[in-house]
Amino acid sequence: MYSVNYHRATSVADAAKLVKSGDAKLLSGGMTLIPAMKTRLAAPSDLVDLSRIKELQGVKVSGKTVTIGAATTHYDVANDEKLKKACPALAHMASLIGDPAVRHRGTIGGSIANNDPAADYPAALLALGATIVTNKREIGADKFFKGLFETALKDGEIITAVSFSAPAKAAYEKFRNPASRYAIVGVFVAKGKDGVSVAVTGAGDDGVFRSKEIEAALVKNFAASALDGVKVPAKNLMTDIHASAEYRANLIAVMAKRAVAAANV
Amino acid sequence: MGIEGVGARVARKEDKRFITGAGRYVDDMVVPGMKHAAFVRSPHAHAQIKKIDVKKAQAMPGVIGVLTGKELKADGIGNLICGWMIHSKDGSPMKMGAWSPLAVDKVRYVGDAVVIVVAETKGQARDAAEAVEITYKELKAVVDATKALEKGAPQLHPEAESNLIFDWEIGDAKATDAAIKAAAHVTRMKIVNNRLVPNAMEPRAALGHYDKAEDHYTCWTTSQNPHVARLVMSAFYNIAPENKLRVIAPDVGGGFGSKIYIYPEEIVCLWASKKTGVPVKWVADRTESFLSDAHGRDHVSTVEMAFDKNNRITGLKVDTIANLGAYMSLFSSCVPTYLYATLLSGQYDIPAIHANVRTVYTNTAPVDAYRGAGRPEATYLLERTMEAAARELGVSPAELRRTNFITSFPHQTPVIMNYDAGDYAASLDAATKASDYAGFAKRKAAAAKKGLLRGIGMSCYIEACGIAPSAAVGSLGAGVGLWESAEVRVNAVGTIEVLTGSHSHGQGHETTFAQLVNERFGVPIDSVSIVHGDTDKVQMGMGTYGSRSGAVGMSAIVKALDKVEAKAKKIAAHLLEADEGDIVIENGALKVAGTDKNIPWFQMALAAYTAHNLPGGMEPGLKETAFYDPSNFTFPAGCYICEVEIDPETGTTEIVQFVAADDFGNIINPMIVEGQVHGGIAQGIGQALLEGAHYDASGQLLTASYMDYTMPRADDLPSFKVSTSNTPCPSNPLGIKGCGEAGAIGSPPAVINAITDAIGITDIAMPASPSTVWAAIRAATKH
Ligand SMILES: Cc1cc2nc3c(=O)[nH]c(=O)nc-3n(C[C@H](O)[C@H](O)[C@H](O)COP(=O)(O)OP(=O)(O)OC[C@H]3O[C@@H](n4cnc5c(N)ncnc54)[C@H](O)[C@@H]3O)c2cc1C
Repeated sequence: MYSVNYHRATSVADAAKLVKSGDAKLLSGGMTLIPAMKTRLAAPSDLVDLSRIKELQGVKVSGKTVTIGAATTHYDVANDEKLKKACPALAHMASLIGDPAVRHRGTIGGSIANNDPAADYPAALLALGATIVTNKREIGADKFFKGLFETALKDGEIITAVSFSAPAKAAYEKFRNPASRYAIVGVFVAKGKDGVSVAVTGAGDDGVFRSKEIEAALVKNFAASALDGVKVPAKNLMTDIHASAEYRANLIAVMAKRAVAAANV
Repeated sequence: MGIEGVGARVARKEDKRFITGAGRYVDDMVVPGMKHAAFVRSPHAHAQIKKIDVKKAQAMPGVIGVLTGKELKADGIGNLICGWMIHSKDGSPMKMGAWSPLAVDKVRYVGDAVVIVVAETKGQARDAAEAVEITYKELKAVVDATKALEKGAPQLHPEAESNLIFDWEIGDAKATDAAIKAAAHVTRMKIVNNRLVPNAMEPRAALGHYDKAEDHYTCWTTSQNPHVARLVMSAFYNIAPENKLRVIAPDVGGGFGSKIYIYPEEIVCLWASKKTGVPVKWVADRTESFLSDAHGRDHVSTVEMAFDKNNRITGLKVDTIANLGAYMSLFSSCVPTYLYATLLSGQYDIPAIHANVRTVYTNTAPVDAYRGAGRPEATYLLERTMEAAARELGVSPAELRRTNFITSFPHQTPVIMNYDAGDYAASLDAATKASDYAGFAKRKAAAAKKGLLRGIGMSCYIEACGIAPSAAVGSLGAGVGLWESAEVRVNAVGTIEVLTGSHSHGQGHETTFAQLVNERFGVPIDSVSIVHGDTDKVQMGMGTYGSRSGAVGMSAIVKALDKVEAKAKKIAAHLLEADEGDIVIENGALKVAGTDKNIPWFQMALAAYTAHNLPGGMEPGLKETAFYDPSNFTFPAGCYICEVEIDPETGTTEIVQFVAADDFGNIINPMIVEGQVHGGIAQGIGQALLEGAHYDASGQLLTASYMDYTMPRADDLPSFKVSTSNTPCPSNPLGIKGCGEAGAIGSPPAVINAITDAIGITDIAMPASPSTVWAAIRAATKH
C-alpha cells in the first residue's frame, strides 16, 4: 500500500468537503478499496471514511417504503427484522455476500458505487426499481448502473441511501463462483405493482441487466413452470476461466426458475 | 501403551502455541538493524532483458540497495541446480538450463526474480521496486508442455533443444508391446493431471544476516529441510562454507513439498545482506506465492492396459509428458521418473510394464514435488484406467481390482519396486463395507427420483514413502543420501532432548516423537523436547517430505534410544548390583526383573552425570547419536470410495460419502494420522473438483489469487469415514509406513471415477468444476 492520509468524516457535508482534497476517495467498508490499495492497484492520496456517519446508518421501513443508509453493513441488512418482513429477499441476498468478515464491514453504498459485475446488490436494486439517493440528486437504478464498474456517480458525489417500494413477491438465487464466491450468475426476481422484473448479475459482459426472455415468460404466469423450455441467449454474456457464456445462459434460466419458486413459497 | 505412549491419541503439544498465535515464524524474527526487501519480478513470460536502470529506485526514500543479477554473478554466486541426475534413454545426461537467482539477460516466466531492493521499510522497498526501470524485448511464450515439444515452439534454454530436458524410459518395451499385441482386451486412455499451486498457509520468507565480525551468515527460512538448504547453498551457490552458514527453519506454516527446494530469494537475501551490510528480510505476499512457489503435477499421458481373457492385466504401456516449468527445481527430475513410473504397477500383479517420460521446459513457474509427488500422478493414471477397463469389460470395478491384486510378499514389480508387505483385499473389503458398496443401486435410484445423478468410484492406491536406501537412490542419480539422524540427550535430571534431522511444519513431530520416548522410558512427554530445524543444533539431517519422518526419522530415534537404553541399563545394573540382562524399564524406573529393587529414571540419569559411581571404564554422561539408512521404501496402500450426487441443471457435484481404508502399518498417534488423512483427502478433492493453475497462452497466470484459484473450504467437503488396517512394515524397527500423502494420492481418481460413473462418460477434466461437469453432461446427452 502507498502512504495515504486518512480522514474520518462526521457528516455527509463534512465528507463532501473532505473528498475535494487531493486525489481523495471515499471509504466505506473498505472491503473492495483496501485490497485494491494493498495490491497497489488503487493509490488515493486521501481516504474519507464514511462508515462512522450516523445519518448513513440503518434500515427504515415506513409503510411499503424501505430506505437503507449507504453505510449500512451487509450484516445489518441481512439481520434487520423490519426488512425481513418487508422484503425478505433482500435480507437473504445480503446474507449470501462473501463471508462473515466481509458482511460485517462491507456496505450497500460501497457495493453499488463499485458496481462489480459479479456483485449481488446491483441485481436486487435493478429488479426492485430502487432509487439511489446521493448528496446531490436521486437516480433510478436503471440509470445508475452503467456497465462494468461504472455508475452514474460524478466525481465526489456521495451515495447517502437507497430506497424502494417493497414488492409483493421477490427472491434471489445465486450461483457462486467456486473460488471467489461472488456470483457467476445471480438472479433477482420481483413482482410488484409495476409488474415483473428480473435482473441478472455475474453474467452480462456489460454488467447487471434485465432478462427480457425471463420477464416475458413470467408476465403471463408468475410460476416456475412458466420458465420450462425458456432459453436465454448466450450473446452478450461473459466467458472466463470459470464459466462459458453458454453455461451462464443456462444458469440464468435455472436460477430464475428457482427464484420464482422461492418467491412463491 | 501408556496414556502418552505409542498408539495413544495424545493431543498435539505444539498446537497450544499455534492456536494462540504464539508460533514463531520467519516473519516473526527480528534482528537488530534488520531491513526489508522487495523483488522486482518479470511481468512477461518470456523476454530478453535489454536494460536495467536502477538510478531512480536508488534515489527513493529509505532505499539502502538495489542489486541486479550482474552484480550477483560478479560475486560468484552460483546458479540454482536440480539435485537428481536423470539420463535419457540414449544415455545423455538431462539438459539443465541455467537458472540465475536473479535473471541476467532473459526472463522465462511471469514472476522470475530480476532485481532485489533493500529499504528501511517493506513499503519503501516496494515503492522503490516499482521505480526500477527494466527494458524488455518480449518473446513468444509457450505454456503447454506438448506444444513446447513441437517444431517452431519458442525455445527457453540453449542447453535444451526443443525444450526437451530428458527422454527417459523404464521397464521392458518389447515384453509390454507383445502383451498388448496378444491381449484379449486393451483399454486406452488419455490422462491429464492438472497443475496445482501448493498454497501453504504461511507464504515463503527468508531473513539473511551476514555478521561481518564473525564472517558468518545466518539464514532463517521457510524450509522443510534446513540442512539440505545449507549444503546446497554452500556447495553450489557459493554463499559460504558450511561452518560459516547457519540455516534455521523455525515454525513453518505448511509446506506440502513447496518448501523443500532452495529458491532464489533466500540465496539473494544472504548475498544482499553482505552487500548492503544490513540483515535483509523478505516475506512473500500471496501473489508472489502463486507466481513463484514450485507448482505441482502437470502431466499429460497416454496409457494402454492389456488384459487376457480372464481379465488379468498382462501389460501396461505409458507415455508421459511432464511440464517442469521454466527452470529445473531442486528435485523436479525425480518426481516424474523414480517417484512416478516406479509406482505404475499399483496394487496389481502386472508382468510387463513400460513407461516413457519426457520432461519439458515451458514459460511457467517451476514444477516440483507437491504432496504425493509422482505417486498421485501414477495412481490417477492407473486407477482411472482400471475403472474405464472395468466398464469396458462389463465387470465390477471392485472385482476387476481384486482379480489383479498382488497377494504374496515380497513382490518384485517390473519397475524397480519391491513391495514388502500388504493386504490389499483387506482395505478393499473394509472400504466396500463402510461405504455399503452393495447398496449403491438403491441410493442411485433414490437420487434419480430427486433429479440428481448419483455415482460411485473407487481407487486402490499404493505409494512409496521414506525414499531409500541411500546407496540405491545414489545409483539412480540422487545427489544426496536419504537417511536420517537423531541424537538423544538425557539431562542430569532425566528430562530428555531429542535432536532430529526431520523438520515439522504441521506434522506434529513434537508430540509423536516424544510419545516414542515415553513408550521407551516412561518419561512424561512434557519432559521430552524435540529439537529440529537449526543446523547449529542438529548436526545433519535430510528433512521432511515424502512421508519419511515416521519411517526414517523415527527409526533413527529408535536406534539412538536403543543406545541410551543399553547404557542406562548398564548404569542401573551397576548401582543395583544386578545383572545388566535382568534390568527392565517400567513406570519411569529401572528395575531388576522379578524383584522390587529399582532405581528411578532420573536417579540413574543423575548418576551418569555425577559420575561418582559408574561401571569401570564407562564415560560419564548419557547422550547418543544414531544415523538410520532404511533398507527399502515403505508401501502404504489402501482403498478409497467416493460417492457423489450431481445436479444436472447446474453441474454442481456434492460428495455425499467418502470412505478411506488405509494400511499405514503401525501407528504412533491415531489422531494425528487421521488428521493427515483428512488433510490429504481435502487436497485430493481439491485437485479433483476445485483447484487448477491456469496460464493463458501468453503465459500470464490467470489463477494468481483466491478470487480465481479455488482452495477447498470446509463446506466443500463431506465428513470423511476413515479407518486403518495394519500389516506392519518389515523393513523398519517401528513397522510404520507413513501417512502424510496417502489422502492426496488416493482420492482424486475415486472422485473422478464417481463423477464419470454418475454421468456415464469415460473421462472429464480436473478440476471437475460445475461448468465442466455441466458441459460434460450436455455433451453426453447430445450424442
Ligand atoms: C472476500 C470478499 C468476498 C466478497 N464477496 C462478495 C459477494 O459475494 N457479493 C458481493 O456483492 N460482494 C462481495 N464482496 C464485495 C463486498 O460486498 C464489498 O463490501 C463491496 O463491494 C464494497 O463495499 P465497501 O463498503 O466495502 O466499500 P469500499 O471498499 O469502502 O468502497 C468501494 C468503492 O465505493 C466507493 N464508495 C464507498 N461508499 C460510497 C458512497 N457512499 N458513495 C459513493 N462512493 C462510495 C469507494 O470510494 C470505492 O471506490 C466481497 C469482498 C471480499 C473482500
